[in-house]
Amino acid sequence: MTDNHVPRPVVASGEIAVRGVSKSYGEAHLSREVVKDCDFTIERGKLTVMIGPSGCGKSTLIRLLAGFEFPDRGQILLDGQPIKGPSRDRLVVFQESALFPWMTTWENILYGPRARGELNAQALEFAEFLLNKVGLREFRHKYPTQLSGGMQRRAELARAMINNPQIMILDEPFRGLDAMTKELMWEYYANLYEESGRTNFFVTTDIDEAVFLADRLLIMTNIPTQVRAVIEVDVPRPRRLADMVTSDRANAVKMEALAILHEEAMKSFSRGSKAAADFVEAYARRSAKA
Amino acid sequence: MARRKFDSKALAKGLFSILVFLVLWEIGSRSKTWITAEAFSGFREALGALGFNKNYLPWVGAIPAPSEVVVAWGKVIVDPGYWQSWWMSGARVGGGFFAAMLVGIPFGLALAVSRTAHGIGFPVFELLRPIPPLAWVPASIIFWPTQELSIAFVTFLGAFYTIVINVVGGARSIDVRYFQAAQSMGSSKADIFRRVILPGTLPSIVVGSAVGMGITWEVVVAAEMISGGGSQSGGTSGGGLGFFIWNSYVGGSYEQIVVGMISIGIAGFISSELLRHFGKYITPWLRLR
Repeated sequence: MTDNHVPRPVVASGEIAVRGVSKSYGEAHLSREVVKDCDFTIERGKLTVMIGPSGCGKSTLIRLLAGFEFPDRGQILLDGQPIKGPSRDRLVVFQESALFPWMTTWENILYGPRARGELNAQALEFAEFLLNKVGLREFRHKYPTQLSGGMQRRAELARAMINNPQIMILDEPFRGLDAMTKELMWEYYANLYEESGRTNFFVTTDIDEAVFLADRLLIMTNIPTQVRAVIEVDVPRPRRLADMVTSDRANAVKMEALAILHEEAMKSFSRGSKAAADFVEAYARRSAKA
Repeated sequence: MARRKFDSKALAKGLFSILVFLVLWEIGSRSKTWITAEAFSGFREALGALGFNKNYLPWVGAIPAPSEVVVAWGKVIVDPGYWQSWWMSGARVGGGFFAAMLVGIPFGLALAVSRTAHGIGFPVFELLRPIPPLAWVPASIIFWPTQELSIAFVTFLGAFYTIVINVVGGARSIDVRYFQAAQSMGSSKADIFRRVILPGTLPSIVVGSAVGMGITWEVVVAAEMISGGGSQSGGTSGGGLGFFIWNSYVGGSYEQIVVGMISIGIAGFISSELLRHFGKYITPWLRLR
Protein backbone atom coordinates (compact mmCIF):
# COMPACT_ATOMS: atom_id res chain seq x y z
CA MET A 1 0.00 0.00 0.00
CA THR A 2 3.08 2.21 -0.08
CA ASP A 3 2.71 2.65 -3.82
CA ASN A 4 -0.43 4.75 -3.65
CA HIS A 5 1.31 7.61 -5.42
CA VAL A 6 1.56 5.69 -8.69
CA PRO A 7 -0.28 7.71 -11.31
CA ARG A 8 -3.17 5.47 -12.28
CA PRO A 9 -5.15 6.01 -15.45
CA VAL A 10 -8.27 8.05 -14.78
CA VAL A 11 -11.27 5.76 -14.45
CA ALA A 12 -14.05 6.57 -16.86
CA SER A 13 -17.08 4.84 -15.42
CA GLY A 14 -19.79 3.67 -17.73
CA GLU A 15 -23.51 3.25 -17.32
CA ILE A 16 -25.40 0.32 -18.78
CA ALA A 17 -29.08 0.43 -19.67
CA VAL A 18 -30.90 -2.83 -20.29
CA ARG A 19 -34.10 -2.14 -22.19
CA GLY A 20 -36.81 -4.78 -22.75
CA VAL A 21 -34.29 -7.57 -23.26
CA SER A 22 -35.46 -11.13 -23.95
CA LYS A 23 -33.39 -14.20 -24.69
CA SER A 24 -34.44 -17.78 -25.47
CA TYR A 25 -32.44 -20.93 -26.03
CA GLY A 26 -33.33 -23.94 -28.13
CA GLU A 27 -35.21 -24.41 -31.36
CA ALA A 28 -38.91 -23.90 -32.06
CA HIS A 29 -41.17 -25.78 -29.64
CA LEU A 30 -38.25 -26.82 -27.44
CA SER A 31 -37.29 -23.19 -26.98
CA ARG A 32 -37.11 -21.92 -23.42
CA GLU A 33 -37.24 -18.28 -22.53
CA VAL A 34 -34.55 -17.48 -20.00
CA VAL A 35 -34.75 -13.70 -19.88
CA LYS A 36 -38.06 -11.94 -20.52
CA ASP A 37 -38.68 -8.21 -21.01
CA CYS A 38 -35.89 -7.37 -18.63
CA ASP A 39 -35.36 -3.72 -17.75
CA PHE A 40 -32.78 -2.23 -15.46
CA THR A 41 -29.96 0.25 -15.24
CA ILE A 42 -26.48 -0.26 -13.89
CA GLU A 43 -25.84 3.22 -12.58
CA ARG A 44 -22.59 5.05 -13.12
CA GLY A 45 -20.02 4.66 -10.35
CA LYS A 46 -22.28 2.48 -8.23
CA LEU A 47 -21.98 -1.09 -7.11
CA THR A 48 -25.10 -2.83 -8.34
CA VAL A 49 -25.72 -6.32 -7.00
CA MET A 50 -28.06 -8.72 -8.71
CA ILE A 51 -29.49 -11.52 -6.60
CA GLY A 52 -31.83 -14.29 -7.57
CA PRO A 53 -32.29 -18.03 -7.27
CA SER A 54 -29.60 -20.12 -8.97
CA GLY A 55 -30.49 -21.11 -12.49
CA CYS A 56 -32.76 -18.09 -12.90
CA GLY A 57 -30.86 -16.69 -15.87
CA LYS A 58 -28.32 -14.40 -14.22
CA SER A 59 -25.42 -15.92 -16.09
CA THR A 60 -27.29 -15.46 -19.35
CA LEU A 61 -27.67 -11.76 -18.55
CA ILE A 62 -23.94 -11.57 -17.92
CA ARG A 63 -23.14 -13.14 -21.28
CA LEU A 64 -25.41 -10.56 -22.90
CA LEU A 65 -23.82 -7.66 -21.00
CA ALA A 66 -20.33 -8.89 -21.89
CA GLY A 67 -21.29 -9.21 -25.53
CA PHE A 68 -20.58 -12.95 -25.83
CA GLU A 69 -24.20 -13.36 -26.92
CA PHE A 70 -26.90 -11.04 -28.19
CA PRO A 71 -30.50 -10.54 -27.04
CA ASP A 72 -33.40 -11.78 -29.17
CA ARG A 73 -35.37 -8.63 -28.41
CA GLY A 74 -34.64 -5.32 -26.74
CA GLN A 75 -31.26 -3.67 -26.44
CA ILE A 76 -28.36 -3.14 -24.11
CA LEU A 77 -26.73 0.29 -24.16
CA LEU A 78 -23.38 1.34 -22.74
CA ASP A 79 -23.48 5.11 -22.31
CA GLY A 80 -26.19 5.23 -24.97
CA GLN A 81 -24.31 3.06 -27.49
CA PRO A 82 -25.57 -0.45 -28.27
CA ILE A 83 -23.17 -3.26 -27.28
CA LYS A 84 -21.61 -4.89 -30.32
CA GLY A 85 -19.45 -7.64 -28.85
CA PRO A 86 -16.88 -8.41 -26.17
CA SER A 87 -14.69 -5.47 -25.30
CA ARG A 88 -12.22 -4.36 -22.68
CA ASP A 89 -14.65 -1.71 -21.46
CA ARG A 90 -16.84 -4.44 -19.89
CA LEU A 91 -14.67 -7.03 -18.22
CA VAL A 92 -16.06 -10.17 -16.64
CA VAL A 93 -14.62 -11.88 -13.58
CA PHE A 94 -15.94 -15.40 -13.87
CA GLN A 95 -17.36 -17.96 -11.47
CA GLU A 96 -14.46 -19.98 -10.18
CA SER A 97 -11.16 -18.98 -11.73
CA ALA A 98 -10.64 -18.27 -15.40
CA LEU A 99 -6.97 -17.38 -14.98
CA PHE A 100 -4.89 -18.96 -17.70
CA PRO A 101 -3.32 -21.98 -15.98
CA TRP A 102 -0.25 -21.86 -18.25
CA MET A 103 0.66 -18.33 -17.22
CA THR A 104 2.12 -17.06 -13.98
CA THR A 105 0.29 -14.45 -11.92
CA TRP A 106 2.39 -11.73 -13.51
CA GLU A 107 1.81 -12.96 -17.08
CA ASN A 108 -1.90 -13.28 -16.37
CA ILE A 109 -2.14 -9.71 -15.14
CA LEU A 110 -0.27 -8.46 -18.20
CA TYR A 111 -2.43 -10.45 -20.62
CA GLY A 112 -4.65 -7.54 -21.65
CA PRO A 113 -1.96 -4.91 -22.30
CA ARG A 114 0.15 -7.46 -24.20
CA ALA A 115 -2.85 -8.52 -26.30
CA ARG A 116 -3.44 -4.94 -27.38
CA GLY A 117 0.26 -4.18 -27.88
CA GLU A 118 0.23 -1.68 -25.02
CA LEU A 119 2.98 -3.24 -22.98
CA ASN A 120 4.83 -0.04 -22.11
CA ALA A 121 6.48 1.32 -19.00
CA GLN A 122 3.23 2.78 -17.75
CA ALA A 123 1.44 -0.55 -18.08
CA LEU A 124 4.24 -2.35 -16.24
CA GLU A 125 4.13 0.23 -13.47
CA PHE A 126 0.37 -0.13 -13.17
CA ALA A 127 0.69 -3.93 -13.14
CA GLU A 128 3.23 -3.67 -10.36
CA PHE A 129 0.88 -1.38 -8.44
CA LEU A 130 -2.05 -3.79 -8.85
CA LEU A 131 0.06 -6.77 -7.88
CA ASN A 132 0.88 -5.06 -4.60
CA LYS A 133 -2.68 -3.92 -4.23
CA VAL A 134 -4.01 -7.47 -4.37
CA GLY A 135 -1.19 -8.63 -2.11
CA LEU A 136 0.40 -11.08 -4.51
CA ARG A 137 3.87 -9.61 -4.88
CA GLU A 138 5.45 -12.73 -3.41
CA PHE A 139 3.39 -14.86 -5.80
CA ARG A 140 4.32 -13.06 -8.99
CA HIS A 141 5.99 -16.08 -10.58
CA LYS A 142 3.55 -18.70 -9.32
CA TYR A 143 1.09 -20.48 -11.54
CA PRO A 144 -2.66 -20.34 -10.68
CA THR A 145 -2.62 -23.93 -9.38
CA GLN A 146 -0.03 -22.82 -6.83
CA LEU A 147 -2.32 -20.11 -5.46
CA SER A 148 -5.12 -20.55 -2.93
CA GLY A 149 -8.72 -19.94 -3.98
CA GLY A 150 -8.75 -16.45 -2.50
CA MET A 151 -5.45 -15.53 -4.18
CA GLN A 152 -6.77 -16.71 -7.52
CA ARG A 153 -9.79 -14.41 -7.24
CA ARG A 154 -7.55 -11.50 -6.31
CA ALA A 155 -5.24 -12.20 -9.23
CA GLU A 156 -8.27 -12.25 -11.47
CA LEU A 157 -9.47 -8.91 -10.10
CA ALA A 158 -6.05 -7.46 -10.91
CA ARG A 159 -6.08 -8.98 -14.40
CA ALA A 160 -9.41 -7.27 -15.05
CA MET A 161 -8.53 -3.92 -13.45
CA ILE A 162 -5.34 -3.39 -15.45
CA ASN A 163 -7.52 -2.99 -18.54
CA ASN A 164 -9.19 -0.10 -16.82
CA PRO A 165 -12.68 -1.15 -17.87
CA GLN A 166 -15.61 1.24 -17.62
CA ILE A 167 -17.57 -1.51 -15.95
CA MET A 168 -16.48 -4.55 -13.99
CA ILE A 169 -18.90 -7.47 -14.20
CA LEU A 170 -18.49 -10.15 -11.56
CA ASP A 171 -20.31 -13.46 -11.89
CA GLU A 172 -20.47 -15.04 -8.42
CA PRO A 173 -16.72 -14.50 -8.09
CA PHE A 174 -16.44 -15.75 -4.51
CA ARG A 175 -18.48 -18.89 -4.95
CA GLY A 176 -16.74 -21.99 -3.67
CA LEU A 177 -14.51 -20.17 -1.20
CA ASP A 178 -14.71 -21.17 2.44
CA ALA A 179 -16.70 -18.88 4.75
CA MET A 180 -13.68 -17.16 6.33
CA THR A 181 -11.96 -16.42 3.03
CA LYS A 182 -15.23 -15.30 1.55
CA GLU A 183 -15.82 -12.68 4.24
CA LEU A 184 -12.25 -11.45 3.87
CA MET A 185 -12.78 -11.18 0.13
CA TRP A 186 -15.97 -9.12 0.65
CA GLU A 187 -14.13 -6.51 2.68
CA TYR A 188 -11.23 -6.63 0.30
CA TYR A 189 -13.36 -6.24 -2.78
CA ALA A 190 -15.52 -3.52 -1.19
CA ASN A 191 -12.31 -1.64 -0.43
CA LEU A 192 -11.12 -1.93 -4.04
CA TYR A 193 -14.47 -0.67 -5.24
CA GLU A 194 -14.56 2.24 -2.83
CA GLU A 195 -11.09 3.35 -3.95
CA SER A 196 -11.75 3.10 -7.67
CA GLY A 197 -15.26 4.56 -7.85
CA ARG A 198 -15.78 2.45 -10.93
CA THR A 199 -19.14 1.08 -12.02
CA ASN A 200 -19.44 -2.49 -10.74
CA PHE A 201 -22.04 -5.13 -11.47
CA PHE A 202 -21.95 -8.07 -9.11
CA VAL A 203 -24.07 -11.20 -9.42
CA THR A 204 -24.63 -13.50 -6.48
CA THR A 205 -27.02 -15.92 -4.80
CA ASP A 206 -25.79 -15.06 -1.31
CA ILE A 207 -28.00 -12.57 0.54
CA ASP A 208 -25.34 -11.57 3.10
CA GLU A 209 -22.83 -10.92 0.35
CA ALA A 210 -25.43 -8.91 -1.57
CA VAL A 211 -26.43 -6.67 1.31
CA PHE A 212 -22.88 -6.07 2.44
CA LEU A 213 -21.62 -5.04 -1.00
CA ALA A 214 -24.55 -3.35 -2.71
CA ASP A 215 -25.35 0.29 -3.33
CA ARG A 216 -28.34 -0.94 -5.26
CA LEU A 217 -29.83 -4.39 -4.97
CA LEU A 218 -31.67 -5.88 -7.94
CA ILE A 219 -33.84 -8.81 -6.95
CA MET A 220 -34.66 -11.11 -9.83
CA THR A 221 -37.63 -13.36 -10.44
CA ASN A 222 -37.17 -17.02 -11.22
CA ILE A 223 -36.80 -18.12 -14.83
CA PRO A 224 -37.67 -16.41 -17.21
CA THR A 225 -35.96 -13.69 -15.28
CA GLN A 226 -36.99 -10.08 -14.78
CA VAL A 227 -36.21 -7.50 -12.15
CA ARG A 228 -38.71 -8.04 -9.37
CA ALA A 229 -37.59 -5.26 -7.03
CA VAL A 230 -34.86 -2.67 -6.58
CA ILE A 231 -33.66 -1.79 -3.08
CA GLU A 232 -31.31 1.11 -2.41
CA VAL A 233 -28.90 -0.01 0.28
CA ASP A 234 -28.20 3.39 1.85
CA VAL A 235 -25.69 2.18 4.41
CA PRO A 236 -22.67 4.51 4.51
CA ARG A 237 -19.27 3.43 3.24
CA PRO A 238 -16.70 2.29 4.11
CA ARG A 239 -18.58 -0.66 5.54
CA ARG A 240 -17.22 -3.25 7.92
CA LEU A 241 -18.74 -6.67 8.39
CA ALA A 242 -19.07 -6.19 12.13
CA ASP A 243 -20.99 -2.93 11.63
CA MET A 244 -23.31 -4.51 9.10
CA VAL A 245 -24.46 -7.14 11.59
CA THR A 246 -25.58 -4.47 14.03
CA SER A 247 -26.82 -1.97 11.44
CA ASP A 248 -30.61 -1.67 11.61
CA ARG A 249 -30.78 -0.46 8.04
CA ALA A 250 -28.74 -3.39 6.73
CA ASN A 251 -30.93 -5.86 8.59
CA ALA A 252 -34.09 -4.19 7.35
CA VAL A 253 -32.82 -4.45 3.78
CA LYS A 254 -31.98 -8.08 4.31
CA MET A 255 -35.43 -8.88 5.68
CA GLU A 256 -37.10 -7.04 2.85
CA ALA A 257 -35.02 -8.83 0.25
CA LEU A 258 -35.59 -12.20 1.84
CA ALA A 259 -39.33 -11.66 1.91
CA ILE A 260 -39.36 -10.92 -1.81
CA LEU A 261 -37.04 -13.82 -2.65
CA HIS A 262 -39.17 -16.16 -0.61
CA GLU A 263 -42.34 -15.01 -2.33
CA GLU A 264 -40.66 -15.46 -5.69
CA ALA A 265 -39.59 -18.96 -4.81
CA MET A 266 -43.07 -19.87 -3.52
CA LYS A 267 -44.53 -18.79 -6.84
CA SER A 268 -42.34 -21.14 -8.85
CA PHE A 269 -42.72 -23.75 -6.15
CA SER A 270 -46.45 -23.81 -6.74
CA ARG A 271 -45.70 -24.31 -10.43
CA GLY A 272 -43.91 -27.52 -9.47
CA SER A 273 -40.29 -26.52 -9.85
CA LYS A 274 -37.83 -28.71 -8.01
CA ALA A 275 -35.17 -26.01 -8.00
CA ALA A 276 -37.67 -23.71 -6.33
CA ALA A 277 -38.40 -26.29 -3.65
CA ASP A 278 -34.70 -26.31 -2.70
CA PHE A 279 -34.74 -22.56 -2.77
CA VAL A 280 -37.74 -22.21 -0.48
CA GLU A 281 -36.15 -24.53 1.98
CA ALA A 282 -32.81 -22.74 1.93
CA TYR A 283 -34.29 -19.29 2.36
CA ALA A 284 -36.79 -20.37 4.99
CA ARG A 285 -33.84 -21.45 7.11
CA ARG A 286 -32.05 -18.20 6.51
CA SER A 287 -35.04 -16.02 7.46
CA ALA A 288 -35.57 -17.97 10.64
CA LYS A 289 -31.97 -17.29 11.56
CA ALA A 290 -32.13 -13.59 10.69
CA MET B 1 6.33 -26.63 -3.83
CA ALA B 2 9.73 -28.13 -3.18
CA ARG B 3 10.75 -30.54 -5.88
CA ARG B 4 10.04 -34.10 -4.94
CA LYS B 5 13.12 -35.78 -3.59
CA PHE B 6 14.51 -38.81 -5.29
CA ASP B 7 12.35 -41.61 -3.96
CA SER B 8 14.71 -44.37 -2.80
CA LYS B 9 11.84 -46.46 -1.46
CA ALA B 10 10.14 -46.60 -4.84
CA LEU B 11 13.45 -47.52 -6.44
CA ALA B 12 13.96 -50.35 -3.93
CA LYS B 13 10.47 -51.66 -4.62
CA GLY B 14 11.08 -51.53 -8.36
CA LEU B 15 14.38 -53.38 -8.11
CA PHE B 16 12.82 -55.96 -5.82
CA SER B 17 9.99 -56.65 -8.25
CA ILE B 18 12.44 -57.07 -11.14
CA LEU B 19 14.55 -59.43 -9.02
CA VAL B 20 11.54 -61.57 -8.11
CA PHE B 21 10.54 -61.69 -11.75
CA LEU B 22 14.03 -62.86 -12.80
CA VAL B 23 14.15 -65.52 -10.10
CA LEU B 24 10.75 -66.94 -11.08
CA TRP B 25 11.79 -66.90 -14.71
CA GLU B 26 15.04 -68.71 -13.93
CA ILE B 27 13.18 -71.35 -11.92
CA GLY B 28 10.56 -71.77 -14.62
CA SER B 29 13.19 -72.13 -17.28
CA ARG B 30 15.31 -74.61 -15.32
CA SER B 31 12.25 -76.72 -14.65
CA LYS B 32 12.76 -78.28 -18.07
CA THR B 33 15.68 -80.29 -16.66
CA TRP B 34 13.82 -81.24 -13.52
CA ILE B 35 10.82 -82.43 -15.43
CA THR B 36 12.81 -85.27 -16.96
CA ALA B 37 13.14 -86.82 -13.47
CA GLU B 38 11.29 -90.04 -12.82
CA ALA B 39 9.07 -88.44 -10.17
CA PHE B 40 7.41 -86.30 -12.84
CA SER B 41 6.56 -89.09 -15.28
CA GLY B 42 2.84 -88.87 -14.51
CA PHE B 43 2.91 -85.13 -15.04
CA ARG B 44 4.74 -85.62 -18.37
CA GLU B 45 2.07 -88.05 -19.53
CA ALA B 46 -0.62 -85.55 -18.58
CA LEU B 47 1.15 -82.80 -20.57
CA GLY B 48 1.48 -85.11 -23.52
CA ALA B 49 -2.22 -85.99 -23.33
CA LEU B 50 -3.04 -82.30 -23.41
CA GLY B 51 -1.00 -81.88 -26.57
CA PHE B 52 2.05 -80.12 -25.10
CA ASN B 53 5.67 -81.04 -25.59
CA LYS B 54 6.38 -83.63 -22.91
CA ASN B 55 9.86 -82.37 -22.19
CA TYR B 56 8.95 -78.78 -21.34
CA LEU B 57 6.73 -77.08 -18.85
CA PRO B 58 4.25 -75.23 -21.08
CA TRP B 59 5.49 -71.76 -22.13
CA VAL B 60 8.03 -70.97 -19.47
CA GLY B 61 10.11 -74.10 -19.81
CA ALA B 62 10.70 -73.44 -23.49
CA ILE B 63 12.18 -69.99 -22.86
CA PRO B 64 15.90 -69.63 -22.22
CA ALA B 65 16.79 -68.80 -18.62
CA PRO B 66 17.91 -65.27 -17.71
CA SER B 67 21.37 -66.59 -16.91
CA GLU B 68 21.70 -67.95 -20.44
CA VAL B 69 20.32 -64.71 -21.85
CA VAL B 70 22.95 -62.72 -19.96
CA VAL B 71 25.68 -64.92 -21.42
CA ALA B 72 24.28 -64.47 -24.93
CA TRP B 73 24.02 -60.75 -24.33
CA GLY B 74 27.65 -60.64 -23.30
CA LYS B 75 28.52 -62.09 -26.68
CA VAL B 76 26.43 -59.72 -28.82
CA ILE B 77 27.29 -56.63 -26.84
CA VAL B 78 30.73 -56.57 -28.48
CA ASP B 79 29.20 -57.18 -31.89
CA PRO B 80 28.88 -53.85 -33.78
CA GLY B 81 25.96 -55.35 -35.70
CA TYR B 82 23.91 -55.43 -32.49
CA TRP B 83 24.48 -51.74 -31.87
CA GLN B 84 23.81 -51.08 -35.51
CA SER B 85 20.38 -52.69 -34.94
CA TRP B 86 19.78 -50.31 -32.04
CA TRP B 87 20.78 -47.39 -34.14
CA MET B 88 18.66 -48.36 -37.13
CA SER B 89 15.49 -49.02 -35.13
CA GLY B 90 16.11 -45.86 -33.13
CA ALA B 91 16.58 -43.80 -36.28
CA ARG B 92 13.41 -45.22 -37.83
CA VAL B 93 11.40 -44.58 -34.68
CA GLY B 94 12.87 -41.10 -34.29
CA GLY B 95 12.35 -40.22 -37.94
CA GLY B 96 8.81 -41.54 -38.13
CA PHE B 97 7.89 -40.02 -34.79
CA PHE B 98 9.21 -36.54 -35.53
CA ALA B 99 7.60 -36.59 -38.94
CA ALA B 100 4.32 -37.52 -37.22
CA MET B 101 4.70 -34.60 -34.80
CA LEU B 102 5.66 -32.22 -37.58
CA VAL B 103 2.62 -33.12 -39.67
CA GLY B 104 0.21 -34.23 -36.94
CA ILE B 105 0.32 -31.22 -34.61
CA PRO B 106 -0.40 -28.55 -37.26
CA PHE B 107 -2.96 -30.82 -38.90
CA GLY B 108 -4.70 -31.48 -35.59
CA LEU B 109 -4.70 -27.78 -34.69
CA ALA B 110 -6.14 -26.93 -38.10
CA LEU B 111 -8.91 -29.50 -37.64
CA ALA B 112 -9.66 -28.04 -34.22
CA VAL B 113 -9.77 -24.33 -35.05
CA SER B 114 -11.11 -24.25 -38.59
CA ARG B 115 -14.54 -25.54 -39.45
CA THR B 116 -13.54 -25.71 -43.12
CA ALA B 117 -10.43 -27.75 -42.42
CA HIS B 118 -12.48 -30.03 -40.20
CA GLY B 119 -15.17 -30.47 -42.85
CA ILE B 120 -12.64 -31.34 -45.54
CA GLY B 121 -9.97 -33.17 -43.59
CA PHE B 122 -11.77 -35.08 -40.89
CA PRO B 123 -13.84 -37.55 -42.98
CA VAL B 124 -10.76 -38.73 -44.88
CA PHE B 125 -8.80 -38.93 -41.66
CA GLU B 126 -11.50 -40.98 -39.99
CA LEU B 127 -11.72 -43.26 -43.01
CA LEU B 128 -7.99 -44.02 -42.98
CA ARG B 129 -7.56 -44.17 -39.21
CA PRO B 130 -9.03 -47.67 -38.63
CA ILE B 131 -6.51 -49.17 -41.08
CA PRO B 132 -3.74 -50.63 -38.89
CA PRO B 133 -0.30 -49.24 -39.77
CA LEU B 134 0.96 -52.75 -40.50
CA ALA B 135 -1.66 -53.20 -43.20
CA TRP B 136 0.20 -50.40 -44.99
CA VAL B 137 3.46 -52.37 -45.19
CA PRO B 138 2.97 -53.95 -48.63
CA ALA B 139 1.52 -50.79 -50.13
CA SER B 140 4.30 -48.63 -48.75
CA ILE B 141 7.00 -51.03 -49.98
CA ILE B 142 5.53 -50.62 -53.45
CA PHE B 143 5.01 -46.90 -53.11
CA TRP B 144 8.24 -45.68 -51.54
CA PRO B 145 11.49 -45.85 -53.49
CA THR B 146 13.60 -47.35 -50.70
CA GLN B 147 12.82 -49.89 -48.06
CA GLU B 148 14.09 -47.50 -45.43
CA LEU B 149 11.47 -44.93 -46.41
CA SER B 150 8.69 -47.49 -46.43
CA ILE B 151 9.52 -48.58 -42.87
CA ALA B 152 9.74 -44.96 -41.73
CA PHE B 153 6.37 -44.28 -43.34
CA VAL B 154 4.67 -47.13 -41.51
CA THR B 155 6.27 -45.93 -38.28
CA PHE B 156 5.02 -42.45 -39.02
CA LEU B 157 1.46 -43.72 -39.40
CA GLY B 158 1.66 -45.45 -36.02
CA ALA B 159 2.21 -42.17 -34.19
CA PHE B 160 0.35 -39.84 -36.53
CA TYR B 161 -3.26 -40.85 -35.78
CA THR B 162 -2.77 -40.82 -32.03
CA ILE B 163 -1.13 -37.40 -32.08
CA VAL B 164 -3.82 -35.87 -34.29
CA ILE B 165 -6.68 -37.28 -32.23
CA ASN B 166 -5.12 -35.97 -29.02
CA VAL B 167 -4.43 -32.53 -30.44
CA VAL B 168 -7.99 -32.16 -31.74
CA GLY B 169 -9.48 -33.40 -28.47
CA GLY B 170 -7.18 -31.21 -26.39
CA ALA B 171 -7.84 -28.03 -28.35
CA ARG B 172 -11.59 -28.64 -28.30
CA SER B 173 -11.74 -29.17 -24.56
CA ILE B 174 -10.22 -25.79 -23.69
CA ASP B 175 -12.64 -24.00 -21.36
CA VAL B 176 -14.77 -21.50 -23.28
CA ARG B 177 -14.23 -18.94 -20.51
CA TYR B 178 -10.56 -18.66 -21.50
CA PHE B 179 -11.64 -17.59 -24.97
CA GLN B 180 -14.22 -15.18 -23.58
CA ALA B 181 -11.71 -13.67 -21.19
CA ALA B 182 -9.11 -13.30 -23.94
CA GLN B 183 -11.63 -11.73 -26.31
CA SER B 184 -12.80 -9.27 -23.67
CA MET B 185 -9.25 -8.18 -23.00
CA GLY B 186 -8.78 -7.31 -26.65
CA SER B 187 -6.99 -10.38 -28.02
CA SER B 188 -6.95 -10.84 -31.78
CA LYS B 189 -7.59 -14.26 -33.30
CA ALA B 190 -3.87 -14.81 -33.90
CA ASP B 191 -3.11 -13.77 -30.33
CA ILE B 192 -5.75 -16.18 -28.95
CA PHE B 193 -4.29 -18.96 -31.05
CA ARG B 194 -0.76 -18.30 -29.85
CA ARG B 195 -1.44 -17.59 -26.18
CA VAL B 196 -4.58 -19.62 -25.43
CA ILE B 197 -5.07 -22.47 -27.90
CA LEU B 198 -1.41 -23.45 -28.22
CA PRO B 199 -0.53 -23.63 -24.51
CA GLY B 200 -3.99 -25.03 -23.74
CA THR B 201 -3.37 -27.91 -26.14
CA LEU B 202 0.20 -28.56 -25.04
CA PRO B 203 -0.67 -31.10 -22.30
CA SER B 204 -2.68 -33.15 -24.80
CA ILE B 205 0.17 -32.95 -27.30
CA VAL B 206 2.51 -34.36 -24.66
CA VAL B 207 0.12 -37.20 -23.81
CA GLY B 208 -0.54 -37.96 -27.48
CA SER B 209 3.18 -38.04 -28.20
CA ALA B 210 3.91 -40.41 -25.33
CA VAL B 211 1.22 -42.82 -26.51
CA GLY B 212 2.33 -42.36 -30.12
CA MET B 213 5.93 -43.15 -29.18
CA GLY B 214 4.84 -46.47 -27.69
CA ILE B 215 2.93 -47.41 -30.83
CA THR B 216 5.92 -46.40 -32.95
CA TRP B 217 8.11 -49.02 -31.28
CA GLU B 218 5.44 -51.69 -31.77
CA VAL B 219 5.14 -50.81 -35.41
CA VAL B 220 8.83 -50.51 -36.25
CA VAL B 221 9.63 -53.96 -34.88
CA ALA B 222 6.84 -55.63 -36.84
CA ALA B 223 7.67 -53.69 -39.98
CA GLU B 224 11.31 -54.77 -39.74
CA MET B 225 10.32 -58.39 -39.33
CA ILE B 226 7.98 -58.28 -42.31
CA SER B 227 10.21 -56.37 -44.66
CA GLY B 228 13.44 -58.12 -43.78
CA GLY B 229 14.78 -55.04 -42.11
CA GLY B 230 16.38 -53.54 -45.15
CA SER B 231 19.32 -55.82 -44.62
CA GLN B 232 20.73 -57.03 -47.89
CA SER B 233 23.74 -58.74 -46.38
CA GLY B 234 21.87 -61.14 -44.10
CA GLY B 235 23.12 -62.10 -40.67
CA THR B 236 22.33 -60.16 -37.55
CA SER B 237 23.92 -56.95 -38.73
CA GLY B 238 22.16 -53.84 -39.82
CA GLY B 239 18.50 -54.77 -39.84
CA GLY B 240 17.15 -53.14 -36.73
CA LEU B 241 16.06 -54.80 -33.49
CA GLY B 242 12.94 -56.35 -35.02
CA PHE B 243 15.03 -58.00 -37.68
CA PHE B 244 17.58 -58.98 -35.02
CA ILE B 245 14.86 -60.95 -33.24
CA TRP B 246 13.54 -62.50 -36.40
CA ASN B 247 16.99 -63.44 -37.56
CA SER B 248 17.81 -65.02 -34.19
CA TYR B 249 14.62 -67.06 -34.47
CA VAL B 250 15.50 -68.23 -37.97
CA GLY B 251 19.03 -69.01 -36.85
CA GLY B 252 17.76 -70.95 -33.83
CA SER B 253 19.47 -68.73 -31.29
CA TYR B 254 16.69 -68.49 -28.74
CA GLU B 255 18.76 -66.63 -26.17
CA GLN B 256 19.27 -63.86 -28.71
CA ILE B 257 15.51 -63.59 -29.25
CA VAL B 258 15.14 -62.68 -25.61
CA VAL B 259 18.14 -60.32 -25.81
CA GLY B 260 16.37 -58.55 -28.68
CA MET B 261 13.08 -58.39 -26.80
CA ILE B 262 14.66 -56.90 -23.70
CA SER B 263 16.63 -54.46 -25.85
CA ILE B 264 13.38 -53.17 -27.33
CA GLY B 265 11.91 -52.90 -23.84
CA ILE B 266 14.87 -50.79 -22.75
CA ALA B 267 14.79 -48.67 -25.89
CA GLY B 268 11.06 -48.03 -25.47
CA PHE B 269 11.55 -47.13 -21.81
CA ILE B 270 14.36 -44.69 -22.59
CA SER B 271 12.37 -42.92 -25.29
CA SER B 272 9.27 -42.65 -23.07
CA GLU B 273 11.37 -41.26 -20.21
CA LEU B 274 13.01 -38.69 -22.47
CA LEU B 275 9.61 -37.66 -23.77
CA ARG B 276 8.13 -37.47 -20.28
CA HIS B 277 10.92 -35.22 -19.09
CA PHE B 278 10.65 -32.99 -22.10
CA GLY B 279 6.87 -32.88 -21.61
CA LYS B 280 7.26 -31.79 -18.00
CA TYR B 281 9.75 -29.17 -19.05
CA ILE B 282 7.41 -27.55 -21.58
CA THR B 283 4.31 -27.70 -19.32
CA PRO B 284 5.72 -26.36 -16.03
CA TRP B 285 2.27 -25.32 -14.78
CA LEU B 286 1.22 -28.97 -14.54
CA ARG B 287 4.15 -30.11 -12.42
CA LEU B 288 4.20 -27.21 -9.93
CA ARG B 289 1.40 -27.53 -7.47
